[in-house]
This record gives sequence, structure tokens and C-alpha cells, in this order.
Amino acid sequence: MLLRAPARRRARAGAGPSNWLLAPALAFFGIFSIGPLLGVLVLSFMQWDGLGTPQWAGGGNWVSVLENPVSRQAMWLTVKLTLLSYAVQFPLSLLLGVFMAGHQRYREFLSVLYFLPMLFSAAAIGIAFKALLDPNFGLSQAFDAAVLRQDWLGRPDLAFYVVVVVISWSFIPFHSLLYQAGVRQIPQSMYEAATLDGAGTVRKFFSITLPQLKYTIVTSSTLMLVGSLTYFDLVFSLTGGGPGTATRILPLDMYLTGFRSNQMGEASVLAVILVAVGLTLALGLQRLTGADKMESQAEGA
Amino acid sequence: MTTDRTRRPAPALWTPFSRRSLSRIALVGAAALTLAGCGGGAQPGQADGATAWTLTGGAEETFRTSFQEWNDAHAEEPITAEYFANDAFKEKIRTSVGSGNAPTLIYNWGGDNLESYVENGNVVELTGKIPGMEERALDSVLETGTVDGKLYAVPNNNTQPVILYYNTKLFEQAGVKVPTTWEEMLDAVEAFKAEGVTPISVAGSSQWPYLMWIQYLTDRIGGPEVFQAIVDGEENAWSDPAITEALEKIQELVDAGGFGDAYGSVVADAGADVALVHTDQAAMMLHGSWVYSSFLTDAPEWTAEGNLGYTTFPEIEGGQGDPQNIVGNPANFWAVSADASEEEQQTAFEYLEQTNLDDTAVDTLFDAGLIPAVDGVEDKIAETEHPEYLDFAYSMVQDAPHFQLSWDQALPADQGQALLTNLSQVFAGEMTPEQFQTAMNGTL
Repeated sequence: MLLRAPARRRARAGAGPSNWLLAPALAFFGIFSIGPLLGVLVLSFMQWDGLGTPQWAGGGNWVSVLENPVSRQAMWLTVKLTLLSYAVQFPLSLLLGVFMAGHQRYREFLSVLYFLPMLFSAAAIGIAFKALLDPNFGLSQAFDAAVLRQDWLGRPDLAFYVVVVVISWSFIPFHSLLYQAGVRQIPQSMYEAATLDGAGTVRKFFSITLPQLKYTIVTSSTLMLVGSLTYFDLVFSLTGGGPGTATRILPLDMYLTGFRSNQMGEASVLAVILVAVGLTLALGLQRLTGADKMESQAEGA
Repeated sequence: MTTDRTRRPAPALWTPFSRRSLSRIALVGAAALTLAGCGGGAQPGQADGATAWTLTGGAEETFRTSFQEWNDAHAEEPITAEYFANDAFKEKIRTSVGSGNAPTLIYNWGGDNLESYVENGNVVELTGKIPGMEERALDSVLETGTVDGKLYAVPNNNTQPVILYYNTKLFEQAGVKVPTTWEEMLDAVEAFKAEGVTPISVAGSSQWPYLMWIQYLTDRIGGPEVFQAIVDGEENAWSDPAITEALEKIQELVDAGGFGDAYGSVVADAGADVALVHTDQAAMMLHGSWVYSSFLTDAPEWTAEGNLGYTTFPEIEGGQGDPQNIVGNPANFWAVSADASEEEQQTAFEYLEQTNLDDTAVDTLFDAGLIPAVDGVEDKIAETEHPEYLDFAYSMVQDAPHFQLSWDQALPADQGQALLTNLSQVFAGEMTPEQFQTAMNGTL
């Protein structure tokens, strides 16, 4: 609505719109984001079971969380999950996105197929995969293939990779969509020039497509990395953190500590850690990649 | 905002302190506060009349019939009931009780959960207020609703002992005797493995089914005192030799292939463990008595053919515990919220006294193959559709010298959660009995 304001008026006032325009948004942000966040920070120094009155506990919760092997493992698992799912998602969604931006036969039909997982809710995906992976009544039964009859969610080593695969399956479509849009933005003239210079498909991909996608890659990577700190619903409905603690990542650990073990103080500590790590990661990525100084690359094309 | 407003030249928006913009901000702020205040949306504490939250599945039909019966007879003071899934309910109810928004009738499991409600004054005492109900309930069950000698909760559905179910067809085919001792259990496991049948079905993905094994084994080996010491918080109570032996026996059974090779992915929610038995893929299953009604609904023909057998947990040689002891959930309970208004509480008392677990409720429970937690209904069992099973289970409860409440309910929530996690690592072979005991001692 600011853009529609008459330019004449703006020139006479000699300044931008009043900062009061920010007030409603800030009020909402304050009440629904900053407020609860501060509440959680305070709660992280208190002992509370959700029923009685919170008692001051000082740094006790912080010490016990940092010493707790389960929480420590949760942190390590989150790091592992972040890196591993990034390693799977990034190349696949890039290639799929480039493919979807092309003009091949059946491309549209296939694109719709690739896109499907985005339409399902994470909880539904979790429950559906749980049923599919059932060793006795799931996939193995349907295809009559003994190879598929594994203890997918019951063996600690296997369950973690199953989680990585399912997460990738459900998030790759979104990122390929970003890449598809990114590729479509690349001026066709660049490819034409490269073709005249005798560049092949692979060369064009590495010398034109990839560099031109730089900012898309930064955006998508930030979403993937920071997003993986908040994977919750999918893992919760798929494994519930089990077997044992094999898939108990940080957000799950926070939830289970708070709402199953009724230790709100320690759960708040985990929440604060999550927020801090998430913010640091997002800001760090911006700095590292120079995305905060983003400018158009299409100049001169 | 509408496009109308954006098109209009709006000087008020330019000057920082105009009255209009301030009032607008105030309005938005007030709206936000109202939203924040509403929180979960529904506020049962302030709804019209008494409310009750209970669970889907199991005895759901009994609750529906019971509340219908009450509402038909008391149109002026109805009870509104809502139904939730088990896990979702457990998390929701605590937040609601803690924030003073509890329903009038609070569904619970007794144990530590009820104790913390009592400690925080969330529920009202029921001693002497509902004499008829106290009289009806099974005494051993009523015990679980008592805190420090005072009654705070009364049973509202079926009593749920854990029973060893088996597939009679598979036992006949393999020529195996139903195990009554641990040795016979191991022999049966060998025999079924040779036949290519999963000896025992267990829903490992859900974790809690594992509990039934350690509970029964510990009780048979060391008696109820072993776990009582843990509840009392005695130092190193988990290191009791009975627990060590129970854990060793579990791993012995796992190593012998007793649960097959993929039990960790079996989920109880969808009844996959039950299905393994009624599709003749597994021979035995240790499960709560409520599972009988799952067999009736999931595999009516198979059950009608008499393929489902049931027996008590095997004896263990040299064990201290009475082989008649049982574990499970004595029942579920109703407690009355202290946050409810006086009229609502009064409605709740009258409901508990007159309609809760009355004859109609007993009939609907029996029809579903469930065992009502009330005294003196032996005579009725003969007229039900499942006299043999109900007679077995009812007398099992009546004759039991000790009825152990499920450990995860008896212990404080954090200890219960640690127990489930560590136990599933024992079943997965990731933890030795000693590691388990050290970890659990740390929670005391």
C-alpha cells in the first residue's frame, strides 16, 4: 500500500512513511514471538512440572541438560541429520530443478509426480511410511520381496537413515521448485553464446547454470539447514524418537522432555539452545555467502 | 486492509502521533491480547455445565452410552463429553489441569499422575461423597484411586490385567504345549522357530509393550516388593538381583529369536501386533486384556472359531513372587476437577454415584469382551457372549493377591519416560542389564 501513495505527497513531506506503520506488525511480533521467547528464557531457569508453581532453579537445568547423555546425543544427531539430509537433498533437488525447467518429453507429467510429496502433511507422511515399512504387512508383503522385509524402524542404525530418506523425499520437491524457477530466470542468450563457442551440456551446466543459480543455492541451502533444526512432526509420527534414542533429535528431545517427562524447565533450556543455534546458523550463512549483498547477476546479458 | 483504504489519501498515516493511528494500534493490541488470552480455544472450565474428556477406542462405546443415558435423564444438567487419542490426551490433559482449564471429570490412570494432581490441589476428595460407587467398585481397583488413605478417583471402565494370548491353531500344528514355566516358554520358541513362525508378537515401535515383559518377569522372580522399593525411591533400587535376572531373561528371549527379527518396527496403534497373531504369523502375545475386543472386531471369524487361547504368565523356577500376581492397569479413573464450579462438581458427583459403571455400563463392557471393574458380576458373565474368556479374566483379577499398576504410570513421568527409552535399548541389545540399571538408578 505504500507504493500506491501519491509520489507528490511523499516529495513534499521529504521523508518516508511514518514508523508508526510498523507498530501493528511489531505489536504482533512482540506478543506472539518475543514475549513467549522471553518466557521460555525465564522458564529455563526454573523447575516446573506443568502443574504446580514454577520454582527458581538457577542454572540447575542448564547443567543437567548439558550433562544429560540423551540431550547430548540429541545435539549430535541433529548435526548428523542436518549434514546428511543436506548432502542428499542438495544435489537431487538441483538436478531435478534443472530437469524440470527444460523442455523434455513427459516433463510436465513427471514434474507433477515429483511435486506430489509437497501436498501431503508431514504427519500423514510419517504415518503412511510407518505403515509401508511394517515388516509383516507393509511393502515387503505388497511386492512379495524379502529384501524389503527389514526391521526398518527397529534397528537403531537403520532407523536413522530411514528418517533421512523420508525427510529428503518430502522436502526435495520444494527445493526443486526453487531451482526450477531459478533456472528459468537465466537468460537464454548465455546458452546460445556458449553453444556457438562449442560448449557441451555438462560444460554449460557447470559454467552457466550453476554460477547463475548462486543466490538460489544460498536461499535453498539456508532453508534446508535451518529447516532441519525444526524437523519435528515427521520424525515424531514416524519413529517417536526411537528405537531407544536413535532418532531423538533436538526438537523431539525438547518436546518429549517437556510434554512426556513434564520437565518444562529443562525443555525450555533445549528450546533456547535451538533458537540460538538456528539464529547463529541463519546469520552465519548470510555472512558467509554474502547473500546480504545480493545483486542481480543478469546484467549485461 | 481493504484496497479502498489504501487508495484514499490518508494524512493520518503520515503524522506520527495522530489520534486515529493511536486508536488503531490500541485496537490491534487489544485484539492480540484477546487472542492470546483464548489460548487453546475451548475453555471447558467455563463452558455451560459439566464436561468430561475421555479416550477413543477400548471402552469408548461404554462412555458414549453412559453419558447418553445420563443426559437423557438429566436434560437440565447435561455432561458434554469429548474423545481423544491416548497419547494426545495425556499431553493435553496436563496442560489443561495445570492452567485451570480442566474438564469437570478428569480421566486418569491413578498412580503418580493422580498423586501430583492431589498435591497441587487440582482434584477434589471423593471419600464418602459417592458411597454407592465406592461399594460397586472392585476393592483392589479402588485402591489405585486412593492417595494417603483418601479417595480421589473412582474406576470408570474395565479392569486391564496383562494376559498371555496364544494362537491355538499354531500350537496344535507345531505340537507344542502351552508354556507354564520359563523353560517351556524357551522350548516353545525353539519349536515355532523351526516351523518358520514368529514365536512371540510384540509391538516394539510403540515401546510400552516391552514393559509388560519386565513387569511380569520381575514380579515372578522377586515379588512386588522389588518394584515397590523403586516407587519409594530407595537408593539403587533398580540394582535388585530380580531386575538383573529379569533383564537377562529378556535378552535371552531376544537372542533365542523369541520375538522374530523385525519386532522393532511393529506398531501397536494400528493393531499390527494383534494382526500377526490372527493372521497365523505369530504364536503368542503378551498383552492387556483390552486386546480381546480388538480380536473381536479385527478378526471376528477367526476368534469365533476358537483360535484364540489365553493363559497366565509362566512361572519361574525359584521365583519369590506369587504366580497368581498380575500386572496391568487396574482400570481407568474419573477424578473431579477442583477448578469446576460447584454445580458442575455436584453434577459430576451425581453422575459418578448413579450412572458411572451402572448395570448398563457393565452390560456394554461385557458385550465388548471387557471386564468391568465392579464387584459381584460373576452371575452376569454366564449370560454374556464371551463367558469363557470373561470368566477367566474376571477370576484372574479377583484371585490376584497383588495387582501391579503399569510401571510407567506408577512412576513419575520423567522416570517413566527414561524407563521406556532404556528398556527399548535393552530389547535392541544396545544396553546390557548393568547399563540399564545404572541409568535407571540415576533417575531415582
